[in-house]
Amino acid sequence: MPSLGADMETGTLVEWLKNPGEPVHRGDVIAVVETQKGAIEIEVFETGVLDRVLLTPGVKVPVGTPMALISTPGGPPATAAAPPPAAPAPALVQPLRPSPPVAPAPIARVGVAAGPRPHVSPAARKLAEARGVSAAALTGTGPGGAVVRADVERAAAPPPAEGPKRAGLDLGEMRKAIAAAMARSKREIPHYYLSQPVDMSATLDWLKAVNAARQPPERLLLAVVLLKAVALALEDFPEFNGFYRDDGFHPSETIHPGTAIAIRGGGLVAPAIHDADEKTLDELMAALHDLVARTRAGRLRSSELFDPTITVTSLGERGAESVLGVIYPPQVAIVGFGAPALRPWVAGGRIEARPLMTVTLAGDHRVSDGHRGALFLLEIERRLQHPEDL
Amino acid sequence: MTEDEIRRVVIEELSNVAPETDPASIAPDEDVREALDIDSMDVLNYVIALHTRLHVDIPEIDYPKLLTIAGATAYLGHKLGSAIAQ
Repeated sequence: MPSLGADMETGTLVEWLKNPGEPVHRGDVIAVVETQKGAIEIEVFETGVLDRVLLTPGVKVPVGTPMALISTPGGPPATAAAPPPAAPAPALVQPLRPSPPVAPAPIARVGVAAGPRPHVSPAARKLAEARGVSAAALTGTGPGGAVVRADVERAAAPPPAEGPKRAGLDLGEMRKAIAAAMARSKREIPHYYLSQPVDMSATLDWLKAVNAARQPPERLLLAVVLLKAVALALEDFPEFNGFYRDDGFHPSETIHPGTAIAIRGGGLVAPAIHDADEKTLDELMAALHDLVARTRAGRLRSSELFDPTITVTSLGERGAESVLGVIYPPQVAIVGFGAPALRPWVAGGRIEARPLMTVTLAGDHRVSDGHRGALFLLEIERRLQHPEDL
Repeated sequence: MTEDEIRRVVIEELSNVAPETDPASIAPDEDVREALDIDSMDVLNYVIALHTRLHVDIPEIDYPKLLTIAGATAYLGHKLGSAIAQ
């Protein structure tokens, strides 16, 4: 059961989409899991053959519980839906809130033929002995795939006896997930905040001209232009793109901005748009269109939830002037765009009415300082003065 | 198309982009963005749906005219060439 965010502790298997004996490829959707963020399509991290499923639909299990065995060509079976230790697995690395001490549950003793024997930290080994858990059988989420205390605590938690839930969005559950992630952020992350008013004339005029020549299905939204400007600016500011783990900051080589999407009735999810810096504006628009539809239907993919390397939030036309965001751990920054509004602006020594937008940054002071943050915001501003290059 | 038919299409497409809401229950001159909590992606989807279904050109500059049910009914009626009786 992969962790699909810093706030996720358990998941409920809804259905398997592959049968034992079927070949699977890295990236295939193999199962659907019900979480606080709706029904999530779980992608597989290994190419091979689905050997055996270890969970039946309706079972709720802690994060880290093996879901299935996959035989890889020329190798021992690997546990499905858990990233290989070498790959960046940000959300898996952050320890979750420790589970209350409980008697060892049967699930913890399920032995799994997982590749090479994992390294087990001394503290984890001690805890595992106390709880009657086989530490060597666990999927480690520490540095280099090491089994750490949090892994043992997760494995020792009993799977609550609950039936399957209706697929879709449960706003009460989503609120709990937001509460857990944001409380942790405010507890652990020393935020600093910067804001910069940006003249949006160039971007808005350019966008108006582009859209005037297009039929509605091909039109672009301002949100994708902002997303691309942030993604390109990040190429020069890696300290805002990545994950803060137990052993410090890990910059991400790829740029996958999470885009905050509001849910009608209350609620918020910020799934990733993959490789936003490499996508054209049209590709970004298509990706955002699809992502918003699936977020609101409660049908995201696992990678979209654990891949975001930074969050971008746009308040939209009817929003407030600025937003000072709360960083979503283990990320280290959130960029916010307020609503564009006509305001007085000094250009060439004269006061003119210009559409202004306040761009903000909340940064993690463990990783970066306000000086670099300011330069990052100025780079976003610069990019927005040349929308034709985005 | 009659005015009533156009209004029904408008309400139906608003309902499609915001399925959790009841567009038929709001006042004809209420801003649908506020009444139904519709964002810019929803507005775009609503415009795409009207464009595709009624085969009318809807330039971006006209979006504000579509943001009330009464306004959208009148605008689309005019575009479709129907005589809308007030």
